Amino acid sequence: MTDERTGLTRGNREDQEGQMSGETKGFAGVREEGRAAEEDFAGVREEGAAAEDGFVDVREEGTVAAEGFAGVREEGAAAEDGFAGVREEGTAAEESVAAGKRIPDSGEAEAQLGEADTWQDKLRTLVRQNKLAVFSALLILLMILAAVFAPWVAPYDHLAQSLTDRLQDPSAAHWLGTDELGRDVLSRIIFGARISLTVGLLPTLISMAIGTVLGLCAGFYGGKTDFVIMRLADVMLAFPSLLLAMVVMYTMGGGLINIFIALSLVNWAGTARIVRSQTLSLKEKEFVEAARSIGVKKWTIMFRHILPNCLPSLIVLFTLNIPSAILSEASLSFLGIGAQPPSASWGLMVVRGKKYLFSEPWLSIAPSVAIMLVVLAFNFLGDGLRDVLDPYLKEQ
Amino acid sequence: MLNRVLKRIAISIPVLVGVVLAIFIMLRIVPGNPVTTMMGEHVNPAVIEKISREMGLDQPLYVQFFRYIANALRGDFGTSYRLNRNVTGIILEAFPNTVKLSLLAAVIAWLIGIVSGIVAAIRQNKLLDRLFMGVSLMGVSMPVFMTALVLQYVFAFKLKWFPVSGFDSFKAMVLPAIALGWNSAGSIARMTRSNLVEVMQNDFIRTARAKGLRENGVIIGHALKNAMLPVVTMMALQLSSMLSGAVLTESVFGVPGIGRLAVNGIETRDMPLLQGTVVFTTILIILGNLIADLLYNVLDPRIREGA
Repeated sequence: MTDERTGLTRGNREDQEGQMSGETKGFAGVREEGRAAEEDFAGVREEGAAAEDGFVDVREEGTVAAEGFAGVREEGAAAEDGFAGVREEGTAAEESVAAGKRIPDSGEAEAQLGEADTWQDKLRTLVRQNKLAVFSALLILLMILAAVFAPWVAPYDHLAQSLTDRLQDPSAAHWLGTDELGRDVLSRIIFGARISLTVGLLPTLISMAIGTVLGLCAGFYGGKTDFVIMRLADVMLAFPSLLLAMVVMYTMGGGLINIFIALSLVNWAGTARIVRSQTLSLKEKEFVEAARSIGVKKWTIMFRHILPNCLPSLIVLFTLNIPSAILSEASLSFLGIGAQPPSASWGLMVVRGKKYLFSEPWLSIAPSVAIMLVVLAFNFLGDGLRDVLDPYLKEQ
Repeated sequence: MLNRVLKRIAISIPVLVGVVLAIFIMLRIVPGNPVTTMMGEHVNPAVIEKISREMGLDQPLYVQFFRYIANALRGDFGTSYRLNRNVTGIILEAFPNTVKLSLLAAVIAWLIGIVSGIVAAIRQNKLLDRLFMGVSLMGVSMPVFMTALVLQYVFAFKLKWFPVSGFDSFKAMVLPAIALGWNSAGSIARMTRSNLVEVMQNDFIRTARAKGLRENGVIIGHALKNAMLPVVTMMALQLSSMLSGAVLTESVFGVPGIGRLAVNGIETRDMPLLQGTVVFTTILIILGNLIADLLYNVLDPRIREGA
């Protein structure tokens, strides 16, 4: 390891990585990857999972690929135990380079023992360079808190009708006015956040889990498995997602639970494609070959060795899939085939307020703005995460 | 080249069949007899049975499926339960409206998207770039119905520049088209910007500058040509989201298009109508993807010459 380290001259831009599941002493994974990677490059990384038997995993990495790049890197949240992680970041030194890990250009790289932590680094980078993403994260957190504690936060009961107070303008008593049944709009929006956030998180999680497993299988097994899964994905992707969800809703009938099911079933194909393509390249890597050669089971390789390396893309994808699920729910409810009254679903509020658009515009605009804000926040956060975690997952 | 084209077409066929099969199965697992749903619970069982037989619903599923495919190939998507008319006729009546809406929306999306994408790329990391990209992300994040409602309120109701709803004149089409195009404009702008920024770092751009070309010439003559290729592919992907969005836009502005038909099909539990519109729309999208792929082959000399 020392030898490898002394050869270091120049760093590379921080790129995607950083998932160690396991953790082994004295193991070092040198990884190289990348399009323009030069020979004298050496990326030393610790690679927890594959790490039985002090085996060494060599990989090449580095798309931005400075010449003579050498990045010794420690990965792994719990990377202690005498492992040295030296990380050098490009001399061109984009801002994105993590703080405090820069090593002089001389090649006398000093090992920084056991304090590098990629996830923390990346978060720090995100906080430093992308205020908008941080602000969005705070906004999302605030919304989650408001949704969880809705009964305490909301000024009124979201279902309490008061026909004498119907269709009131925004006022001190009702900040966003009241709807056609005299219900407080602000309270309904706060309670509606529960629906939107759940619909954003849960079906996305389920559909991505399905997509991940199918993508892993397709990429890893190849052949007929791959063919069948990918043709299935082609079929799913050929549908306009809203229409497909509409067909499922027709079959199962309206209601929130059915939206959950519809969205869980509909959106797996995109994830499957991305995971498959990553699996295809990862399974050719030496650390997989090594794991195979020592007799690690196929499923273990897939889930403990390959999957962790897909995580950065998956996290980014997750953050970016949430808003589209939220929009789908809102759209279905807007069309009257989603949530049913008296639910406080934002989409349903918009369509019910639509009747009064010209006299009481806030009735439909206020919940629309709520949808936009939450979607925008997730998009900003997803963009920011992509920049630090996975710069190569291009915008679709 | 011809080989590649044929191969690409050949791949689309199983997807097409798969799509029709998927819709077919999904709509058939609805609990209950569709005839009962259509006519109500209190109808003589003998009548229901007779009608079921007439509609071929007593046959095994696979027979129904092949019959559906055979009929669909002849352009017959069955008969609407509610309107008692041929679904193909209903679709063909509504289709021109959706086409007009989508085309106009596409033109708007392309104009706004590409121009602002280029401007943002040229002014990379400057104020204008940030502004445009912020607005475009807002465009992507706004639900289509929100854009539609805001436009309706401001430009139709307050300013009275355009009619509130309907689709009978060009003036009436403008607001629905902007509402639909706004969303796509955002993603096109972001894609144009990121591609252009990437292309501008190439050596051939430096060469073009070095030979004394003006910056406009460099961008239009050299960079744009290369940056636009992936954007062309995106055009086809946008078709899909546009047709989804059309469902919402049509519903807000009362445009009698395909999207409205699908919603009506669900509301009135009119299975053949829903099936027909979804199959029809999805075929359009598959064809759109096919054309975009082929176009990509034609546009990219590396692929064209390599074949």
